[in-house]
Amino acid sequence: MKPIESFEVPLPPKVNYINAQYGLKSWLLTKDHKRIALLYLASITFFFFIGGIYALMIRLELLTPQGDFLQSTTYNKVFTQHGIIMIFFFLIPSIPATLGNFLIPMMIGAKDLAFPRINLLSWYIYLLGGVITIYALLAGGVDTGWTFYTPFSTTFSNSYVVATGLGIFVNGFSSILTGLNFIVTIHTMRAPGMTWFRLPLFIWSHYATSMIMILGTPVIAITILLLAFERVARVGIFDPALGGDPVLFQHLFWFYSHPAVYIMILPSMGVISELIANFSRKNIFGYSFVAFSSIAIAVFSFLVWGHHLFVSSQSVYAGMIFSLLSFAVAIPSAIKVFNWTATLYKSSISYDTPMLYALGFIGLFTVGGMTGLFLASLAVDVHLSDTYFIVAHFHYIMVGGALMGYLGGLHYWWPKISGRMYPEGWGRFSALVIFVGFNLTFLPQFVAGYLGMPRRYHAYPPEFQVFNVLSSAGASILGFGMLMPALYFVWSMRYGRHADANPWHLPGLEWRTPSPPPTENFYTTPIVTWDAYEFAPREEIEVVGRFRHEAAEPT
Amino acid sequence: MTTHATTANHVHGHPALQHHFENMEQQREAGTLGMWIFLVTEIMFFGGMFLAYTLYRGLYPAAFASGSNHLNITLGAVNTGVLILSSFTMAMAVYFTQVGKHRPQVFCLIATLILGLAFLGIKAVEYYDKYEDHLIPGKLIPGNPFDPEVAHHGDTDPHKLHLLENATVEKVEMFYWIYFAMTGMHAFHMIIGAGLLMYLIIFSLRRRFDPEYHSPVEVIGLYWHFVDIVWIFLFPLLYLLGRHVGHG
Repeated sequence: MKPIESFEVPLPPKVNYINAQYGLKSWLLTKDHKRIALLYLASITFFFFIGGIYALMIRLELLTPQGDFLQSTTYNKVFTQHGIIMIFFFLIPSIPATLGNFLIPMMIGAKDLAFPRINLLSWYIYLLGGVITIYALLAGGVDTGWTFYTPFSTTFSNSYVVATGLGIFVNGFSSILTGLNFIVTIHTMRAPGMTWFRLPLFIWSHYATSMIMILGTPVIAITILLLAFERVARVGIFDPALGGDPVLFQHLFWFYSHPAVYIMILPSMGVISELIANFSRKNIFGYSFVAFSSIAIAVFSFLVWGHHLFVSSQSVYAGMIFSLLSFAVAIPSAIKVFNWTATLYKSSISYDTPMLYALGFIGLFTVGGMTGLFLASLAVDVHLSDTYFIVAHFHYIMVGGALMGYLGGLHYWWPKISGRMYPEGWGRFSALVIFVGFNLTFLPQFVAGYLGMPRRYHAYPPEFQVFNVLSSAGASILGFGMLMPALYFVWSMRYGRHADANPWHLPGLEWRTPSPPPTENFYTTPIVTWDAYEFAPREEIEVVGRFRHEAAEPT
Repeated sequence: MTTHATTANHVHGHPALQHHFENMEQQREAGTLGMWIFLVTEIMFFGGMFLAYTLYRGLYPAAFASGSNHLNITLGAVNTGVLILSSFTMAMAVYFTQVGKHRPQVFCLIATLILGLAFLGIKAVEYYDKYEDHLIPGKLIPGNPFDPEVAHHGDTDPHKLHLLENATVEKVEMFYWIYFAMTGMHAFHMIIGAGLLMYLIIFSLRRRFDPEYHSPVEVIGLYWHFVDIVWIFLFPLLYLLGRHVGHG
């Protein structure tokens, strides 16, 4: 057990990664993983708000049963573009490209990722993909749904399928390069003494995420390429009129896109593991189980895509196997939830903003995961397929899970990233507003979906109106809740209280270097002699108190 | 400009050592692992096309055999030999870099490049033959669509398709679509490989590589071998599959 006194906390530095160089060029040509993380942070926030505007348009239209604000053609484009922007340009890069980029080298005691230039390249590729997609949206948009099902997308749709597809294709390479960089970094760049089982669980979950990125993303790349060729050159590979097989498209698409769900949720689970252990000041319960459950989720994720094809022409026997395998994913997911809960038991919990998000995550992810089992059941899925039940389910995973983890992590590491504290009161308030708004938005959708309201229609029978009004009301609260962090984070960069090196008093390597860190992260290469969640005894923590810089000085 | 710390390791380090690595060994390990992982993504990328090939070959065996019979097996076999030879010269280039023999290293790299370009040249001749026979699928080339008129059943003209029983022109078109997708993607990788070889040759002539710093040669070598291996799979799958069906 390393007592808290032995933390080597250097004095606040005059030169850190933010003020080391000035000027636009020093940012656009930077090879520093921390600066690239901030570039990503700005870009994904931009896309998040574009996707959010589409979401508000959807909720506005669905206030009434008939189409008043949008008609079917426009509505098709709006929900498609909401999905494409949120999935490919926000959720997939969200935690890995920002928090992961910033923290992985710091957590393992490295100066940078293994390939800094490739890291910068991945941001430019992301930007290029984003620009192409935005061009497609401005030129006329795309109406196929984010799933691009053939033959509608290759033969019948009159929208910008190829341009959007090209944007996603290009963006995929950014994801591949990020995953590649992470795996190599975690393998080869660990500081002396940083063994695999001393790694923070954030690293394990990013390792698993990177596995999915490098194995899955190339498949969606070739799928989109074949789709684009079919549309442009009229050669048949998916269109049955040209001799192709549309179900092949669905297999290839979901071979990536189901694992992609785990690209979104696994990093978030890593954040939650950090938050739960650190804000209950207790070693995580069952470290190796939580670590290996990430790997298990990554492996299982490639064996379950067929549960998206229960209502296509897939054989019923294949459906049974895929149903069974989909149930199996619940095991590693449940291991995580149980171990987080067990960590909370008899610990000293502090309810700071990041912890509120973490606790929210556990509840919402459990709801999302359990309803996933409904959909993995063959017979029930036939009833629920393409209803609002599915919409509610995956929003519980992606917003209630992935986004909560992202926001929790952003608050938690904000002192390290910016060197400033966010306003705690506002933080807690916004976490609460987001939680309430989220549930009000998506709980009614479970009911509406179960009663038979189909997804992807701009008009619906009047008996569903009450659920949609509730949902739209929730969405406006959720939108308001999201604006708050955006505003106070920006505010805190200038007016926030200065954060010391280790404001939460934690053992992790990223907290043993100044806030904000110097460009090379550590003044000397650290030598690791402690486990990831090895906390000082409770009485010492009470003496030390929170936020007191002098208590953290080396003795 | 730079704010990188200069630690003791870097004062006497190799000039090619980047600031964030502790030593050359770590840097080389990272580079090699990175390329292996990239090759995994490449396997998954080509995997999508191999899956489509497997599916449609199973559904339309006669059409695939007819399409395959029309490919030029001699040129395909020569190209296979050319690529295997280029893999050998590439492997020797890595070896000569590791042992620090400069002249053989440059010679092997240039030989690899020439062999790679020879492959692409032969491939271009094959593509042109298919173009002449109106076998470019779909409407890829405006004004020269895949033409059913050139492919009547029992046609004896050697430049035309010999359709086997149960084969239809539409399904043969699908074979050619997969043929062009796979070999085209392979050729695209060869072109990138040729570009990488030119980079190696230029830096090799400037004597940038030595026994302590040879990972670019090694890593690009891995890539080159991978592209060769893809062809080793493509050649039998595309060229040889119908031989026993249509040629008694």
